[in-house]
Amino acid sequence: MPRKRMGERTFAFKRPPYVWSSGSIVGDVEAAGPLGEKFDLVLEDDTWGEGSWEKAECKMFEHAVRIALEKCGLETEQLQCMLGGDLLNQIVTANYAARQLDVPFLGLYGACSTMAQALLLGSVLIDGGFLGNAACVSSSHFSTAERQYRFPLEMGTVSPPTAQRTVTGAGCTVLGAQPPESGGRNITTYNGVRVKEATLGKVVDMGILDAANMGAAMAPAAASTIMAFLRDTNRTPDMLDAIITGDLGVFGSEMLLELCDDEGIKLAGKHHDCGVMVFSPDQKLNCGGSGCGCPAVVLNAHILPRISAGEWRQVLFLATGALMSPTTSLQGESIPGIAHAVLIEKES
Amino acid sequence: MEKNKKAAQYQQRVKELAPKSKTAQMLIKAFLVGGLICCIGQAIRDFAQFTLKLPEKDVGTFTSIFLVFLGGLLTGLGVYDKIGKFAGAGSVVPITGFANSVVAPAMEHRSEGLVLGVCANLFKLAGPVLVYGVGSSIIVGLLYLWLG
Repeated sequence: MPRKRMGERTFAFKRPPYVWSSGSIVGDVEAAGPLGEKFDLVLEDDTWGEGSWEKAECKMFEHAVRIALEKCGLETEQLQCMLGGDLLNQIVTANYAARQLDVPFLGLYGACSTMAQALLLGSVLIDGGFLGNAACVSSSHFSTAERQYRFPLEMGTVSPPTAQRTVTGAGCTVLGAQPPESGGRNITTYNGVRVKEATLGKVVDMGILDAANMGAAMAPAAASTIMAFLRDTNRTPDMLDAIITGDLGVFGSEMLLELCDDEGIKLAGKHHDCGVMVFSPDQKLNCGGSGCGCPAVVLNAHILPRISAGEWRQVLFLATGALMSPTTSLQGESIPGIAHAVLIEKES
Repeated sequence: MEKNKKAAQYQQRVKELAPKSKTAQMLIKAFLVGGLICCIGQAIRDFAQFTLKLPEKDVGTFTSIFLVFLGGLLTGLGVYDKIGKFAGAGSVVPITGFANSVVAPAMEHRSEGLVLGVCANLFKLAGPVLVYGVGSSIIVGLLYLWLG
């Protein structure tokens, strides 16, 4: 068996990449949520002065990267690779942002799991010695996602109670092979935060057809990856400080706990969900937040700072994606889900 | 087989545990708002009939045009979607809802140009209503013709 592999589908990094810095940008609805003050930049206008929402999302993506690079004192020319994606067809947000940034680029699509997918691949490339640094990014925008997946914004429709609101936001994490303060840079962002392990997701489909109930569609994929991680690394949930999913929302989280319970794994108390954290129940947004931007902004504005501060020492971060399209939904296909996980640790 | 059984069990559980729509509450809201829109329609009709003294056959047309205009205007001002979020079917079913479903995609697709953006998407949502409406009226017309 290869040296850096554990069990069925987990990677154990020999030279775990360091987390250098973060950038996060959100819209006004996200800023009104419980994490509102932690984001680097809040848009007052959801087009950010651009002619379309797609252009605005692209600008968010680009600037999330610029903010993160600035924080770790890296020029764009020094960035060795950007890995990222979004929800739009042909991942245009990421592609056009990469055009603006003029950096080596790997476009990824894992629906809302893209942030974890980018962290996993970025870490692999750094640990393998192919990259000295990498920016992992993902974004989503309420208005662009509504147009692509649901109804026009000005349509007066009622969303069902299981629905989630796509987060308007972009988040970027810069990873590096050396400690952040290496190369004489004056880094004050993160201290000794490293990506230690990662678990690949499998596509799991339990036959959920309702596109307004993504949480329930993705929960089985999250359960599969969590159980694989625990099995592969011989851990129990008690050994971790937190297990954080991307955008299962209130109901999806409930189903995840049920599924793990069936297998005798108790997640209660350890499990959090970015979709639940990003909005408060008073905002009346049904089951919470969703979209690529949801785990990206919560990770970068809330989770990583908490790990760096030592409040959490070991966190399993996994983002879940629903891999359908409006066409497959109309053709009666069910919604397959995927979840990739990374174990982020604070060095003692 | 085992996998299918597991999936079926999961779907059943999701069905049981998923938060349900508050049907009674939604029905009342839809009734109130839908009713209000109809009352406004009646007021416009009375205005046309008694104040403008329009001939009987034009009164209905006048009312429809006025309501469609109101629906379109409120959509453009960004108010109709808020009414819709509150009222549900109460604001979808009346003719104002039809106007909303035409104006909303038109506004949204402005960024893709006038021809393939606005015009091509104008009837994206209302199209099926028109197809079924025109289609069924042809069938009814043929039946009338046939039955004399």
